[in-house]
Amino acid sequence: MLKIKNLYSSINNTLIIKNLNLKINNGEIHILMGPNGSGKSTLSYIITGKPKYKINKGKIIFCKKIINTLSPDKISKLGIFLSFQNPIEIDGITMFNFFKNIKKKNNLKKIYKLCKILNIDKKDLYRFFNLGFSGGEKKKNEILQMLILKPKFIILDEIDSGLDIDTIKLLFKIIKHYLKNNPKCSLLIITHNTNIIKYIIPNRVHIIYNGSIILSGNSELIYRIEKNGYYSLIKKKHNDK
Amino acid sequence: MNKNIKKSLKKNKYNYGFYTKIKSKTFPLGLNSKIIKRISKIKNEPEWMTTLRLKSYYYWKKNKKKYPEWANLQYKKLNFNKISYFSGIKNKKDKRIIKTFDKLGLPINKRNNTVSIDYVFDSISINTTYNKILKKHGIIFCSISEAIIKYQKLIKKYLGSVVPYYDNFYSSLNTAVFSDGSFCYIPKGIKCPIDLSTYFRINNGKIGQFERTLIIVDEGGSVSYLEGCTAPIRQNNQLHAAVVELIALKNSKIKYSTVQNWYPGDKNGKGGIYNFVTKRGICKKKSKISWIQVETGSSVTWKYPSCILEGDNSIGEFRSISLSKNYQQIDTGSKMIHIGKNTSSLIISKGISTNYSKNTYRGLVKICKSAKNSKNYTQCDSLLIGNKCSTYTYPNIISMNKTSKIEHESTISKIEEEQIFYCNQRGISKEKAMAIIVSGFSYNIITKLPLEFALEAKELLNIELENSVG
Ligand SMILES: Nc1ncnc2c1ncn2[C@@H]1O[C@H](COP(=O)(O)OP(=O)(O)OP(=O)(O)O)[C@@H](O)[C@H]1O
Ligand SMILES: [Mg+2]
Repeated sequence: MLKIKNLYSSINNTLIIKNLNLKINNGEIHILMGPNGSGKSTLSYIITGKPKYKINKGKIIFCKKIINTLSPDKISKLGIFLSFQNPIEIDGITMFNFFKNIKKKNNLKKIYKLCKILNIDKKDLYRFFNLGFSGGEKKKNEILQMLILKPKFIILDEIDSGLDIDTIKLLFKIIKHYLKNNPKCSLLIITHNTNIIKYIIPNRVHIIYNGSIILSGNSELIYRIEKNGYYSLIKKKHNDK
Repeated sequence: MNKNIKKSLKKNKYNYGFYTKIKSKTFPLGLNSKIIKRISKIKNEPEWMTTLRLKSYYYWKKNKKKYPEWANLQYKKLNFNKISYFSGIKNKKDKRIIKTFDKLGLPINKRNNTVSIDYVFDSISINTTYNKILKKHGIIFCSISEAIIKYQKLIKKYLGSVVPYYDNFYSSLNTAVFSDGSFCYIPKGIKCPIDLSTYFRINNGKIGQFERTLIIVDEGGSVSYLEGCTAPIRQNNQLHAAVVELIALKNSKIKYSTVQNWYPGDKNGKGGIYNFVTKRGICKKKSKISWIQVETGSSVTWKYPSCILEGDNSIGEFRSISLSKNYQQIDTGSKMIHIGKNTSSLIISKGISTNYSKNTYRGLVKICKSAKNSKNYTQCDSLLIGNKCSTYTYPNIISMNKTSKIEHESTISKIEEEQIFYCNQRGISKEKAMAIIVSGFSYNIITKLPLEFALEAKELLNIELENSVG
């Protein structure tokens, strides 16, 4: 589904992603972990085509198509969805109005149903977009939009940060349900939370450090991170070289 | 809005810019007392009106040097001798007139149950629809020319009572040469059951349009009035100098909405209407006047709808969105003069600037000594799109007593790239994203417009915006 080859990318002339390689097949769940500032959010922005993020070298291939130079709305239309680490707010536009803008065929009934599943108060649909919403509520809104857009490839950037236990459980239950109904859909989860494997079992786990993926493995890698922290793993990698 | 108009507006054209070829009587260029007498005569006006016009004209001539230059505007000074002061079509029933308004999406003959429209074409009023139902309530809604003949008592009492001819340069000129506009009188205790509306169309290339509107709402009555305007595309600049007076008697309510879409000039700033307007209302005891305006047109706009809050407990409101693009210059705002006790006023002004345009808010809040316990809240928000446009705010606040409260807030923001990217990530195009953000920015103004107008205004803003960023 998604293949990233020798990717080098910079913003404001600072090279942030360096020789990054990643391959995610149809229906796979990958987890991306790494220290603060290692380039996780940046990677999600580059995949989704955020302006000003320059691709210096390398290729991003989605469903056999090179998407390096596509505009972000076109990339979205191909079926790539990013749940933002910090979703923005829009004054004067109600949630419902915004949802109608992302998909014309939305009807109220359908959205009400999704709200019920996500435990979102219907009244919130008539509040302005994310304005004054709590951190957790904003994350729920991200998942609501995911369900509306029905993407093929989902990036969750720290969906679990700042959520209470019940909400984490609920969101992953919903995400897993979505994957079950869309078995070809793939998922890239960016997280700092090693407990993640309690909620979802990944096919692969990657550690990003200083803009490149330095270690990949199966879910067992998460236990090693939990036990030893990133730095011992990073050091070990360096020593191996 | 008319589908065809929408379509070609999308193609970055000012679609109201067509010209209707029609036989009309147009006065020679220039201004003198003879021209004024001719205007008065052609309209069969009573003598006192001719006298008033002449008085204003001499006053204007004497003070011609006081050409207003204080506004934050740059434009070529007008040559008042290169303007024709009257152009009236010969036959009001000419099919081409009906066609013109059809094309503008405002069919004269199609009945609309929610609004009564007065159509003003160049210097004269063509038709006022839906008069019968109004008559039943004793409501008068007709052209000002008709009112000057038929309702002399009201006109004599109120015309020039809020904006006297000596008020300013353009009010003198307007009083001398005004051609047509609307007159409305709502009797005591009557709530006007439908919206009243005037549509101003400038067709002739060399005329100045001098609109004059007078709205009187008697005790306990209320009305919602809408004003719309367009003009053909031309290389030269044309003048529209209007005077609008509102009189809100005890316990009455007036809501005055404008969607102003005069031809703004081309991409390089050539041509377009100069829109110099004096709009003012007086509020008697416990009455309320609300001005709501959406400004997208004109090459130069100079306009400050104001309220004189004379009666105790009266309320004045001004809500405005102005979108400027290309080389447009907008200098707008409001004046709230508090005289009565417990009076309150609200000013919300939202300016959106794109391209090379200049968008200025200028306001005056004056709380007189007598206006005890009065309050004003002013909010000016500016949104900049791109980095070649500019925005200015000149609030002037004068408070002469200690029991009143004045609040002023102002913000300047740029459309955030993060917001646009977020929308893009949800499959929304850049242009649409801007439109969404701007429509959010204008939300609390648009929602105050009468429903039909609100949709049109929103559409207009979106399209104008798409044009300016696309
Ligand atoms: N616009 C920018 N200009 C310069 N540097 C930037 C810019 N945006 C991001 N960076 C830098 O890029 C690096 C990677 O940032 P990124 O947000 O991708 O980290 P992250 O892995 O998501 O971290 P966290 O776990 O804290 O969310 C950081 O050092 C950050 O300061
Ligand atoms: Mg991050």
